[in-house]
Amino acid sequence: MKTKMLLAGITAGVMFAGSVLASTLDDVRARGKLNCIINTGLAGFAAPDDKGNWTGFDVDFCKAVAAATLGDASKVNYTTATGKTRFTKLAAGEGEILSRNTTWTFSRDVDLSQTFIGVNYYDGQGFMVPKSLGVKSAKGLDGASVCIQTGTTTELNLAEYFKGNNIKYNPVPIETNAEAQELYKAGRCDVYTTDASGLYATMMSFDNPSDHMVLPEIVSKEPLGPVVRHGDDQWADIVSWVLRAMMAAEEKGITSKNVKELAAKDNKDKEINRLLGKDPLQGLSKLGLSPDWAVNVISQVGNYQESFEKHLFPLTIKRGMNALYRDGGLHYIPPIK
Amino acid sequence: MSEKTYKPGNYPDLPPPPGTVGVYGWIKQNLFSSISNSLLTIISVVLLYYLIDGIIGWFFLNAVFDAESKIACRKINDGACWAVITRRVGQFVYGFYPEAERWRIDITFLTMFIAFAPLLYPDIPKRKWLLYFSLFYPFFAFVLIMGGYFGLQKIEYSLFGGFMLTVILGVCGIVCSLPLGILLALGRQSNLTVVRTLSVCFIEFMRGVPLITLLFVASSMLNYFLPPGTNFSILVRVIIMFTFFSAAYIAEVIRGGIQAIPKGQYEAADALGMNYWQKTRFITLPQALKISIPGIVNTFIGLYKDTTLVVVIGLLDPLGIGRAALADTKWNGLSTETYLFVALFFFVSCFAMSRYSLWLENKLNTDKK
Repeated sequence: MKTKMLLAGITAGVMFAGSVLASTLDDVRARGKLNCIINTGLAGFAAPDDKGNWTGFDVDFCKAVAAATLGDASKVNYTTATGKTRFTKLAAGEGEILSRNTTWTFSRDVDLSQTFIGVNYYDGQGFMVPKSLGVKSAKGLDGASVCIQTGTTTELNLAEYFKGNNIKYNPVPIETNAEAQELYKAGRCDVYTTDASGLYATMMSFDNPSDHMVLPEIVSKEPLGPVVRHGDDQWADIVSWVLRAMMAAEEKGITSKNVKELAAKDNKDKEINRLLGKDPLQGLSKLGLSPDWAVNVISQVGNYQESFEKHLFPLTIKRGMNALYRDGGLHYIPPIK
Repeated sequence: MSEKTYKPGNYPDLPPPPGTVGVYGWIKQNLFSSISNSLLTIISVVLLYYLIDGIIGWFFLNAVFDAESKIACRKINDGACWAVITRRVGQFVYGFYPEAERWRIDITFLTMFIAFAPLLYPDIPKRKWLLYFSLFYPFFAFVLIMGGYFGLQKIEYSLFGGFMLTVILGVCGIVCSLPLGILLALGRQSNLTVVRTLSVCFIEFMRGVPLITLLFVASSMLNYFLPPGTNFSILVRVIIMFTFFSAAYIAEVIRGGIQAIPKGQYEAADALGMNYWQKTRFITLPQALKISIPGIVNTFIGLYKDTTLVVVIGLLDPLGIGRAALADTKWNGLSTETYLFVALFFFVSCFAMSRYSLWLENKLNTDKK
């Protein structure tokens, strides 16, 4: 047993030593393609279209990183992962980025040796009810029966929230999201609770989505963001600044339509110049990116707002917490200088 | 009333009494033999009418076979929206394999039947020549599917999916696990201690672990033990796990067959002076395999259906492709249509396998009846 452990340790050691030596950016450039780990299918975030091209909010981010590093947003290999396999796939080097609606938590960040490079979507647990129930707030759910997936954090969140607000409820335990949809449609429960983005996706699968609503209360924090491996700070910087560039572009009004035009002229706002490569951005060479990196990202993928509206507006998801700070949201972008 | 008379010995066979033969007789005997049965019949017919009417309406009459999206479907009619299948049939069959290269899969699939024909049907003409092709076929199929040689474009395994993935996993698992299973079964019966112990350990370990655990090992653990950059694709890893798993079951099925052979057979073989391999080849295996056919095919069908488990490690088999299609906002909510289609595919392939095994059993049935 001891020898086995030792062997495993040595192998792991050799592996990590190997992965530190070669820079991730060089690997990606040598391959000419970015390997991106995505969801096997989640409405709005990652799903193949009829032609077999992956599209979605999380997929857009893979494309953005490919545009920044390789100059071409289409040079991405998508590897699908389930909730259970995503971290091992990333750790094993099957992808350079994990862009799969992953909640940022302490243990995942520290214990699993990963780097969360930021938040691209603030999610949280919410409640869906039929409009006919006449409830406008979760506080009015006293005595309701609630469909809830067993063994998840949502179950705990629900219990804590309702106990804290002194609300009585009847839990209807279920195993899967699909089962919950059926029970909810059949009227076995008045309320269905899971992450808000999932609620919107579920609602859109109904024949009459407008008969249902998501209540305004969000009872848990689920900051979702892209993840990279520990150990390559250059790569982590690249990925995080691609995300910030997309948000900064929204803040400065740079869109896929006008980016070429703005990049060609001298703007009054010097931050636009620095972002689009007109004025030098100190330290950019350390990232190993060309000056037009942000132009590539914005022209080929779009800014944060464009990506959000394209993929999440069809699910009737509102900006809410995901608006920029100036619009009352949580996205506050460090200055590009 | 005139009674006809006949000479002794010339009395003709009278027709059966009216109302007991023909359609009328059958109906009367089977459906309306008593008042309660008549009532039941009428109620069943009415129920069946509504049921079949609804089913046919949903499946065919009110169904929409092509439309832009689910919403467009619903605008046309309220039956099944098969458009999700027709629009994505390429994805269901080939996964994300590039469209321009799909002919390679078609050829591999069609030639597979030629390669299997001499193995499955011993009476086929020119069997010997075809057998050479069967021997060469695995390399041919590998090169054609994966590419990278002879100017064929190399295809990433992550693009594999759909029925093609199921067939690849199923066929490779089945083809590799049968010989391995036979060896393990013989090993378990062997007089050599080391061989026997190893076989027993392997079989008991593989049978004692759930398949899903093995798949997680394939997808997660193996990576940690291999040097980084080793291109040992998940597909190969999964096929190996499937093979090991079903080989353990096959081994036990065949052991049952071996043990069912009367002792006299071995004694006769020994008396004839046959050595171990002759005995195995001419006495043990032909009889043991014949007895085990139903069990073997049963294991194969199980293996074939178990391939859907790969969704948990993120490979997109037909079920995974179906779920991904449902995640597209255009088709969100059409789960019934999608799952029925996938079920139909599995039913057709599994039914074909079980029919073949029935045919083979009858053909090899040398027992006197």
